[in-house]
Amino acid sequence: MSSSVMLSPEKTKVSEIDKEEVLRLRKIARDLRIKIINMLAEAGSGHPGGSLSAIDIITTIYFHFMKIDPKNPKWPERDRFVLSKGHAAPALYSVLATLGFFDEKELMTLRKFPSKLQGHPDKLTTPGVDMSTGSLGQGLSVSTGMALGARLDKKDIRIFTVCSDGEHQSGMTWEAVLSAAKFKLDNMTVFIDNNGLQIDGRTDTIMPVMPLKEKYLAFNWNVYEVDGHDIEAIIEAAYKAIAHKGQPSVIICKTIKGKGVSFMEDQVSWHGVAPSMEEAAKAIEELKAMEIK
Amino acid sequence: MSEKRFIGTRNAYGEFLKEIGKENPNVVALDADLSCSTQTCKFYDEYPERFFNIGISEQNLVGTAAGLAAYGKKPFISTFAVFASGRAWEPIRQSLCVPKLPVNIIATHGGVTVGADGGSHQMTEDFAIMRALPNMIVLCPADGYETKAMLRRLVEYNDGPAYVRLSRIKFPVIYDDNYKFEIGKSDTLRDGKDITIIAVGYMVHAALEAAEQLAVDGIDARVINMASLKPIDEEAIIKAARETRRIVTIEEHQIYGGLGSAVAQVVAENHPVPMRIMGVHDKFGLSGEADQLLEYHGLTSSGIVEKVKSLL
Repeated sequence: MSSSVMLSPEKTKVSEIDKEEVLRLRKIARDLRIKIINMLAEAGSGHPGGSLSAIDIITTIYFHFMKIDPKNPKWPERDRFVLSKGHAAPALYSVLATLGFFDEKELMTLRKFPSKLQGHPDKLTTPGVDMSTGSLGQGLSVSTGMALGARLDKKDIRIFTVCSDGEHQSGMTWEAVLSAAKFKLDNMTVFIDNNGLQIDGRTDTIMPVMPLKEKYLAFNWNVYEVDGHDIEAIIEAAYKAIAHKGQPSVIICKTIKGKGVSFMEDQVSWHGVAPSMEEAAKAIEELKAMEIK
Repeated sequence: MSEKRFIGTRNAYGEFLKEIGKENPNVVALDADLSCSTQTCKFYDEYPERFFNIGISEQNLVGTAAGLAAYGKKPFISTFAVFASGRAWEPIRQSLCVPKLPVNIIATHGGVTVGADGGSHQMTEDFAIMRALPNMIVLCPADGYETKAMLRRLVEYNDGPAYVRLSRIKFPVIYDDNYKFEIGKSDTLRDGKDITIIAVGYMVHAALEAAEQLAVDGIDARVINMASLKPIDEEAIIKAARETRRIVTIEEHQIYGGLGSAVAQVVAENHPVPMRIMGVHDKFGLSGEADQLLEYHGLTSSGIVEKVKSLL
């Protein structure tokens, strides 16, 4: 399977998006959800909620948009990906393994000693990880640096970033929001996994960040809002974002924490707790029964 | 003796940036709204497309540089030492040290010689908090030529980040264009057998003056410029402990976690000898002239002479 897809920014209407491609991505996302559950159950710790809320977004980015070569993870011409919400590492690892950056067997070593797969993304240990993350609020800033570098070299390289809504409580995120607008970084596309929950509770009660759309517009960004589990909608918005010049683009993706596993959905308690083997079996049963159309 | 020449370490940095920008198109410079003070404006003047002013946001300064380095650029980033090391410490840890990204943090206005701006702007804890970070190199030059030699070495170093502390004030010149700087190596500026004075930055000059004053009294002091605080030159420290049996350290830094602590660790583990650690004693600075402040903190050649005599 080719992971390198030529971008077609002119394809911006839903009707023109290949339905077969959308179906393919939905199936991949379902399979990745199963891998995430398996990894976390085996690891005995980690973050299922935010991995499942972000997986449709990350699947779309990697399997539809990114110019990458799994055989050559440090290919200088590749697009870059920054998982600013580093605790969703299982989602990223499941994608990288499926694309062939490393052996899928490694997934079962997540969080164990010694493993290529650290609790949070580590660019020194995991092939395909472009930036070490885990301390929230830094990935957007790092992405602006990558975007500046690619632009200096006049390269057709895009920076894809996935951050959380909770990260917008961090001052450093807003420093980067200012900066990306100042430098007109239209070679970066930011996806916000807006699942509305964080460790201590609902984001609206811990420290409200909404409305994000109006905030980003006020900060001079190009903004889209989509259902973060509607792959077709994510693709459409991303094509528009890529085609947009002169401003950085953000796609605010409304998501459900724990999406795909009934007992995890929208539950704060599933932020940072791994499923037991029984719970994992139940989750996988549900995911396998999920109708993909 | 010819007349003393003075060059600011930050002025040498500005000169270096002009030169390296021409030689190496991969070098970029970033600042956080202090480019005239830090001298990164010299880079902006010549290569505006490769200079990024990030504004008063030091965490973003570090994050942006991390992204540039992760992409493949060679960033030099600057602001005052207090903001560069303090405000941005955790992004430095997570986004530079953990992924070993080759970003050079060139922090100006270190130490108490910042002067009139007062305690808020006099960074005296940076060596401690930067030394504590795995994968971080910590350097502080003693003159303009050493500054340039050090920065040239860092252009070739790609294994991780480095922190370099520079000063506001001009330093007397010790070296020349032929000076070669090696990471992890010190420079013995004066040999001696009775005691060793290990100094860093501007304090190297006080140490050299003290050695001359001590010579008048028949005391033969060795003076070492320990410009590489991490990694530190263990060999030179152990040799000094063995051969001179006493060590005094001096730095424009708190007595905790800086040069004195680093030297004491090597001495204690390898060849224990009596030591005196000179620095700032657990307090913040005051406004004043650089010389008045050094006097206030006891960081003078006469202060060193007194400490040396207390050990003999």
